[in-house]
Formats: sequence, C-alpha cells, structure tokens
Amino acid sequence: MMTWATAAPAISATFLASIVEVVEAFTIVLAVGTVQGWRPALAGTAAGLGVLGLIVLALGPVLDRVPLQSLQLVIGILLLLFGLRWLRKAILRAAGIIALHDEEKVFAAETSLLQDAARRRISHLDWVAGLAAFKAVVLEGVEVVFIVIAVGAGRGLLWPAALGALAACLLVLVIGFAVHKPLSRVPENTLKFGVGVMLSAFGVFWAGEGLGVQWPGHDAAILGFAAIFLLAGLALISVARRPVEVAR
Amino acid sequence: MTLLRLIFNEIVGLFVDDEQLALSILAVVAACWLMVQYVHDDSILIGLLLLVGCLGVLTASVMKGARR
Repeated sequence: MMTWATAAPAISATFLASIVEVVEAFTIVLAVGTVQGWRPALAGTAAGLGVLGLIVLALGPVLDRVPLQSLQLVIGILLLLFGLRWLRKAILRAAGIIALHDEEKVFAAETSLLQDAARRRISHLDWVAGLAAFKAVVLEGVEVVFIVIAVGAGRGLLWPAALGALAACLLVLVIGFAVHKPLSRVPENTLKFGVGVMLSAFGVFWAGEGLGVQWPGHDAAILGFAAIFLLAGLALISVARRPVEVAR
Repeated sequence: MTLLRLIFNEIVGLFVDDEQLALSILAVVAACWLMVQYVHDDSILIGLLLLVGCLGVLTASVMKGARR
C-alpha cells in the first residue's frame, strides 16, 4: 500500500522540477500574449498540451509491458543522467562560474523577436506567435512528462508524481496571471539544485534496485541519498566558488 | 520536421549536456552491472560502488567546469 512517506518525495520532486519548467514555458507564452494577443498564445498552448497528452497516451501502455527490474534500471540511469546534469549546472551557477538563467532577459528577447516580425509586417504573424507558444509548451512539457514518468513509474507512483506536476502548473498559472509579468523572482537555481539532489537520489535508488541491490531501509534509503548529495553539492559549491574580484 | 528535430534535440539535451559527464555515469553503471554479473554478488557493496561512483563523477565534472 502507498504511504505518505513513499509518495511525498515523488510529489515534491515533480512539484519543484515542474515549477522550473512551467515558469520557462510561461515566460514565452506571456511574451506571445503580450505582443500578439491572447488568441495565438492560448491556441499554441492548447495545441502544445494536446501533443503532450498524445505522448503520455503513447508511452503509458509501453511502460506497462516492460519488466519492472529493467524499467527500474533504465529509469535509474536516465534519472542519474538528468539529475546529475542539473546538479552540476546548479553548483556551477551557485559558485558563480556560469551565468544564472534570467526570465526577464528571455521575455525581452522573445518580445523583441515578435515585435521585429510585426514591423516587417509578416502576414502570418499569428501563426509565428502561436508556434512560439506551442514550441515552448511542448519542449518544456516534454521535460515535465519525463520527470513524472521517471520519478513515478519505478514503483507505481505515477499518480502522486503527476499530482505534484499538476500542482506546480496551477501555482505558476495562478501567480503568473495575477502578477502578469515573467516570474523572475522564482529562485530558479535553488530549485534546480534541490531537484538535482532529489533526482540524483532517486536515480541511485532505482538504478541500484534495477541491478538487484537490496537497499537497507528500502524506500527510506532515498532520503539518505538525498542528504548525501545535498552535502556533497554544498561542499562542491564552496570549493568551486571563485573569489569575488574587488573593484579597484 | 524542424519541430520534430527540436523535440528530439530537447529530449537528448535532457540527459546529455556535458558528454564526458554522461559517459562517466554510464561507465559507473556498467561497472556495477559487470560486478553483479561476473565478480561479486554482495548487493550492498554494488550499491555503495554506484553511490560513490556517482559522487566521484559529479565532483570531477564540477572541478573540471570550475577550472575552465
């Protein structure tokens, strides 16, 4: 039977990861809606959500047919690739080695692209704008779908994982439409760091289970791995951090 | 087709950003799998190797990135 202790890490991992992705998609949709009106923005978004729905419908039956241990190994490997990639990037950003992601900048770039197209009087501008919204929703949404499947499929946690993602979508939409500007104050790198820690922990757990490892404490081992990755990540930030150059 | 290529690139990009990091992770898992198949059947030892291997790969990749 599913317990809160089992479901909570899956819900929180997909919730936090989805916030990052949905904020990125929302920025583009908002830029399209602001420049070209809400009709192409909403049409592009709806079409994007439709494509994502088809991807989920196509993947669902395939997952049921894969033997559980092989599924756990494959998902564990994918989670390690995904989680450690996010964790590495978040560490390098927190240490000041690579630049932080800036939603205001993304919004400005997308807005100016559409305004340029409007100035050139492109006749099918509604299509161009709708396609921009569609692409943003599909590309960021594919990441959300993967995260939900990866976190949830290994042990029948697809529904709690999907619930976490859905809650993130609703939260971003409600706040986004209320403030009506890019959600640049979301601490994206901190979220990415936290999600990288959790996905890496899930990755070690599932890959281990797929290899036949009997983890002590069973599911509770995930929390232990998360603590280890968290401490390692924090230590790496301080080791990699460059000294701040003092202006002369 | 451009959109399909974009989606494909996005999916690949989900997992592979730094090729060396991705290959190192796969090497750690492959080493653990080989241990399971041919060398050792102590599952805790394999699990420990997997965890330490992933931490080592992350550390090496971050330090490499920091030196750039």
